[in-house]
Amino acid sequence: MQSKQNPSTPTITTTNDLAIKIEDLTVAYREKPVLWDVDLQVPTGVLMAIVGPNGAGKTTLIKAIMELVKPVAGFIEVFGKPFANQRSRVGYVPQRNSVDWDFPTNALDVVMMGRYGALGWFRRPGRKEQQIALAALNKVGMADFANRQISQLSGGQQQRVFLARALVQEADIYLMDEPFQGVDAITERAIVLILKELRAARKTVIVVHHDLQTVNEYYDWVTLLNVRCIASGPVQKVFTEHNLRQAYGGRVAFLGLHSHEEAA
Amino acid sequence: MGIIKFVNQLFFDYTFRTVLLGALTLGIVSGGLGAFAVLRRQSLLGDAISHAALPGIAIAFLLTGSKSPVVLVLGAAIAGWLGTLVIMSITHHSRIKTDSALGLVLSVFFGLGLVVLTYIQKMPNANQAGLETYLFGQAATLLAKDVLTMGILGVLSLALMLLFWKELKLLTFDAEFGRSLGFPVRMLDLLLITLLVVAIVIGLQTVGVVLMSAMIVAPAAAARQWTDRFGLMVGLAGILGALAGVSGAILSSTIEHLPTGPTIVLMLSGVVFLSLILAPNRGILWRWLREQHQRHQLQMNAILSDLFILAQHHQDASHGHSIKVLRTMSQGHGGVDRSLKALKAKGLVIEQAKDEWILSAKGMEAAQKLAQSNEVDE
Repeated sequence: MQSKQNPSTPTITTTNDLAIKIEDLTVAYREKPVLWDVDLQVPTGVLMAIVGPNGAGKTTLIKAIMELVKPVAGFIEVFGKPFANQRSRVGYVPQRNSVDWDFPTNALDVVMMGRYGALGWFRRPGRKEQQIALAALNKVGMADFANRQISQLSGGQQQRVFLARALVQEADIYLMDEPFQGVDAITERAIVLILKELRAARKTVIVVHHDLQTVNEYYDWVTLLNVRCIASGPVQKVFTEHNLRQAYGGRVAFLGLHSHEEAA
Repeated sequence: MGIIKFVNQLFFDYTFRTVLLGALTLGIVSGGLGAFAVLRRQSLLGDAISHAALPGIAIAFLLTGSKSPVVLVLGAAIAGWLGTLVIMSITHHSRIKTDSALGLVLSVFFGLGLVVLTYIQKMPNANQAGLETYLFGQAATLLAKDVLTMGILGVLSLALMLLFWKELKLLTFDAEFGRSLGFPVRMLDLLLITLLVVAIVIGLQTVGVVLMSAMIVAPAAAARQWTDRFGLMVGLAGILGALAGVSGAILSSTIEHLPTGPTIVLMLSGVVFLSLILAPNRGILWRWLREQHQRHQLQMNAILSDLFILAQHHQDASHGHSIKVLRTMSQGHGGVDRSLKALKAKGLVIEQAKDEWILSAKGMEAAQKLAQSNEVDE
């Protein structure tokens, strides 16, 4: 039973409050550590950004939660249980460049693939799945593009289709890998609105975010990652110049830091 | 071959009927399943599997002494499968990339196959004649029961493909998302490879090891030109494969000394070529025609604009201009003569006297609209 959480004053005591709990997670690729001894606790209902430099392991962290990569050490719990038991409660938006957009299919078809998990083996998607998919496309503003070839979609439109595909999973946790990468301003605004709606509906949303400038504006929780977990918590507390320096090393000069200092 | 002769042969000529049915089966199965390989960027895998099958055929004969196609095809399947496993472990356990691994396995296995074949041929008294026909196929050796085997295996493969349709589609488009949903992507991958191996080995007797990869890749490549829908593409690939198979079989039986296997592949090349040129939207001819149309459109717009500018210049819409003037203004655009003719046919310009061109009232309107839209663009 999950207790209701006010995201701005979290006190993590029981596992029930946690959407995701990660302990001692270490992932290596050919003996090189990609994630090292990561401890992370994500309370239910937050809209969290994962930030860090290139190669920090952000994508790997997301994939490790979904057991898409195998850790060398450590464990992960989703709502207190292993991911395999909670699979249906987790929705996934992978990086846009992870598929070949020249594949012969349309937007509606891609979104319906999000229902394949619920359909299980062999059952083909039918009318019900089509309705759900159309509703999701509508939500992301792509209803008119349902029958459009995905190769004819712009980057922002493709991203919205991916988002719609995750939405039809009807999950409690959403994991998104750089959804704002290479996306136009209008699409970005539209996506942020949807993320905030998800949070208002008590969903937990975790986003690998590449633009430090907008962390403050979009998110209430942030995790700074650079192979190790540098810091994690409410944006006000954690998104400081000190922590950013530790994560990125060297000069980090921009607006929006909570210590009100500019980097030297 | 006339229709009557065709039907006649179909009913009364055992060899012709057998070859035809064999080619038909092979075309549908390899075309349909090949579509998955092509969409997964594994086109070359078909080539590697079919070349890797050669040692399997040779060794199967060595071990059993039998040249029964069922035995040899089984050997081919095992070797093809083994080859795939080797490719996967090379890419997994070393820094060698997929294309190199494919090339390695293809050539090494094929070389091994040739060595064993040669050894067999040197063996005294061995009933080895005919094994090398698996290099390029010999459809004439097809027996009814061989075609039956092909048919059963083919139907089984297609049935599995249909059963796992959405899973295989998911695997092909976004395997990682599929994994996150809980589908055992590794197993589905193995399933698809198995189906591919079956599709390949049932064609070896007809088309042979060297050319079989064409039957896997070409129908799908051609089908992609005609449709943007996944299901339609797979189906069309099967149909195009069947078309090549049947036409190749008919042609090779009509013309003397034409080997069936290579003829089928030639017909397939023709299908691909025509698809590349003629297909709507993606075809070269189509694109060229569309480009031409757009170019003429631009040229006509240019003439309209030029006449408009001239009229404004002279403050007189009825002052006619010769084609020479228009040609000078159209330096680099060309097509003035044809544009004027087309515009005249549309009633947008009038030739008020010989070589004196002006805008009609309708033309004036059109030119004004053009000028406005050009302003907005800037």
